Amino acid sequence: MPVISLNVNGKTVSVDADPATPVLWVLREHLNLVGTKYGCGVAQCGACTIHLNGNAVRSCQLPVSAVGKNAITTIEGLSENGDHPVQKAWIEQDVAQCGYCQTGQIMTATALLKSNPNPTDAQIEASMSGNICRCGTYLRIKEAIKTAAKQM
Amino acid sequence: MEKTKTDYNRRAFLKSTFLAGGGMMISFSGLAKLSLDDKINPADLPADWHELTGYIKITSDNIIKIFNPNPEFGQNVMTSLPMIVAEELDVDWKKVVVEMGPHDNVKLGPQFTGGSNSVRMYWKPLRDAGAAARNMLLTAAAQTWNVPVEELTTKGGMIYHEKTGKSGTYGEFASKAAGVPIPKDVKLKDVKNFTVVRNSQKNVEGLKIVTGKPLFGLDYTQEGTLIAMIQHPPAFGMKVKSFDASETLKMPGIKDVFTLKLYEDGFEQAGFDTRTFNDLLVVVGNTTWQVMNARKKLKVSWEPKGDTKDTMAGRNGKREVVVPGALESTATHFAKMKEYAAKPAQLLRKDGDPETAFKNAAKVLERTYNAPFLAHNCMEPMNCFAHVTDEKALIVGPHQAAGWIEPTLSKVLNLPADKIDMQITRMGGGFGLRAYGHTFVEAALISRKVKAPVKLVYTREDDMTYGIYRPMYTATYRAAFDANKNLIAFHVKGGGIPEHPIHANRFPAGAVDNYLAEGWEIPSNITIGAFRAPRSNFNAAAEQSFLDEVAEVMGKDPIEFRLELLKRAKENPVGKNNEYDADRYAEVLKLVKEKSGWGSAANKQYSRGVAAYFCHNSYAAHVVDIVKKDGQPFVERVTSAVDCGIVINPDAAVNMVQGCVVDGIGNALYGELTFKDGVPEKNNFTRYRMIRHREAPKKIDVHFVQNEINPTGLGEPPFPPIFAAVANALYKSEKKRFYNQPFSTEFQKKS
Ligand code: FES
Ligand code: FES
Repeated sequence: MPVISLNVNGKTVSVDADPATPVLWVLREHLNLVGTKYGCGVAQCGACTIHLNGNAVRSCQLPVSAVGKNAITTIEGLSENGDHPVQKAWIEQDVAQCGYCQTGQIMTATALLKSNPNPTDAQIEASMSGNICRCGTYLRIKEAIKTAAKQM
Repeated sequence: MEKTKTDYNRRAFLKSTFLAGGGMMISFSGLAKLSLDDKINPADLPADWHELTGYIKITSDNIIKIFNPNPEFGQNVMTSLPMIVAEELDVDWKKVVVEMGPHDNVKLGPQFTGGSNSVRMYWKPLRDAGAAARNMLLTAAAQTWNVPVEELTTKGGMIYHEKTGKSGTYGEFASKAAGVPIPKDVKLKDVKNFTVVRNSQKNVEGLKIVTGKPLFGLDYTQEGTLIAMIQHPPAFGMKVKSFDASETLKMPGIKDVFTLKLYEDGFEQAGFDTRTFNDLLVVVGNTTWQVMNARKKLKVSWEPKGDTKDTMAGRNGKREVVVPGALESTATHFAKMKEYAAKPAQLLRKDGDPETAFKNAAKVLERTYNAPFLAHNCMEPMNCFAHVTDEKALIVGPHQAAGWIEPTLSKVLNLPADKIDMQITRMGGGFGLRAYGHTFVEAALISRKVKAPVKLVYTREDDMTYGIYRPMYTATYRAAFDANKNLIAFHVKGGGIPEHPIHANRFPAGAVDNYLAEGWEIPSNITIGAFRAPRSNFNAAAEQSFLDEVAEVMGKDPIEFRLELLKRAKENPVGKNNEYDADRYAEVLKLVKEKSGWGSAANKQYSRGVAAYFCHNSYAAHVVDIVKKDGQPFVERVTSAVDCGIVINPDAAVNMVQGCVVDGIGNALYGELTFKDGVPEKNNFTRYRMIRHREAPKKIDVHFVQNEINPTGLGEPPFPPIFAAVANALYKSEKKRFYNQPFSTEFQKKS
């Protein structure tokens, strides 16, 4: 298998993987970065959301060979100590129930706030509707995004 | 603390997680206030723990650790259960370290998450444990200071003797206290004096969740772990006939392909030993992606398995159950349900003389309600890690009740229970599905066969098409009225595939003179099981919609009508064994009426629906407010009233109720799994519609009845009544009644 070089969370890493492997599985099983979650594998749930050059993408649909020099950021790289304003807002609003979807929610929310620092409710709803939360924490997700927006 | 500021990193976490034993999770509630600077590094924790009861450990330098005994699947027991201990122990919550307890039913009780039972079941044992440990510390201090124990007081983890001015931390006496026999029947605090419980505390795992730490079963791994997947039959009622794995075995990373029998013939299945498919076709390889691809190359021929026999263990000895082999379809399900509904059924309860009352009635209202199979769709698909050798087994995974599956593993693996180390991970949802054990048995058998540590992974497609679903239900309700439109008789006849949903002793039983409840069941090979508030989730939907129509026939306000029935049930109850407390039931209706501004002109713009229900020892009522958005009905606002006794962690409890509301609206409007010739017709979220962010209400106002009743359930009770509140509000909005879930198929057809 070819060795592929990637820029993950500011570091250059090389992985030995089939070029078609989705970044999701490279992160989870080759790099042991398991904060990026598997939920559906077909771009429907958002659990696997990462940033590619700051934009939210579904890593389950991104073949590792397509990444090239683009910078990958995962939840582990969002902040050193969990003190990114979005993470802090998530804790302040006590959003999580089971917590499984939340890293994906946070990555989508962070990308939204980067492109739109003061989103309206409708903009939040539109951006966040690709991320499923079976536990039903959507109201708190919205509140947390608004809380973070004030602090960013 | 400069060092710990940056040292809570991956390495430190992995050290504590993986070396300390798989599912171990350490949380620091000091993070509750976002004080990210002063957290403790788990690697720095000292080793001189002194154990005071199975739930508490204290070090000499006063670090206080409380074990959460019960599996966490989002109901927030990691926080709420240790809060109960901390309250009676009388310690500063912010300084408590919380850790998931090991699987140990002797030390830590039943360790079962389900039935909204966690807090209810642990309330007394955890209060006792906290109070006993405090008492042991006091005894140790009294001996050390040579003063009478009655003269000692505590506050925030300190012991004081006022007369001598002496004081000391719990830690100073921990080693001595550990030798004091655990006292029984220690006096507990007055609820009014609580300072931890009944005060909102943040989720102790909040920081780990938002930083993506390896908390879940699917995140667990060990050096040399192989990945396994099961190629299950494409349809319920099929089994593998033969297979050709030559192409699969040529694929990179693939180690082995084989079939395996889950249970041997005649194996006595306990209640949670499900067996969806007994012959497993397994692919094992190095990585998930490799196995996912390689299994696509399998050439399998499947055959109908025909009728099979399950041997079920039971209190009165084992019994055999015939599982029909025919391939089932939703269309034939409906036809069969109609046929069964017309036949005589099992009598569940009868009060008065309902037959005569119906015969003499001036008017009879009859309505039939239907609901489909539902898939659990936990966001974390099913999975389990197993490393089984001839001598022992390590099993790590997301399970609601490790103690239920361990005896099965012991039998199947032929290993004594003490050689099976089961570790409980956080679950990415459970909703009842994770009370079942087959995934664990599968993983264990696969590991034994390949002689390596194995993680069994279900893809989303596996998870959705290889399920233990919420059954398909139907119920016909009838109400008889006299010439003055008084309700004189009530009849419910409910059935399902493969179980009926009826709770015969619940409201309105006890409130109507002539009452009849009946049930019938159709056997099926589609496997079913607990799904958030089993049976109640359908009963409430049907019964509470029907009562709305009954009130309408009688010309009464739906809340006033229910309150009248409840008054009757309290003052002059009909029959015996009425399960609910009429006063508490009435109270949530009154509270939701007040808080929602029911009947107020200010809410005219809303199409409003109300419903209430009792289950899991708690009471919940909702008012749903619908508006039109883009021409479609949209639930914009919900007001909820809940009586679950003492609320342990108020803000987290609000979160739970909001979650029930959103989940309930989603399932009521969109949830559905249909079958064609045994094949589940949806296998991923592309077709299985889940409620999305934009479809959730804008506002959910949650109110709790304030009382000092010992806590009862919360994770389920608010879920069932939301279905009916939505149906009743849809009636106002769409001017037609909704009898068939999922409701959105009807209003979307219309527009
Ligand atoms: S796992 Fe990628 S969107 Fe669901
Ligand atoms: S918190 Fe459980 S799926 Fe979102």
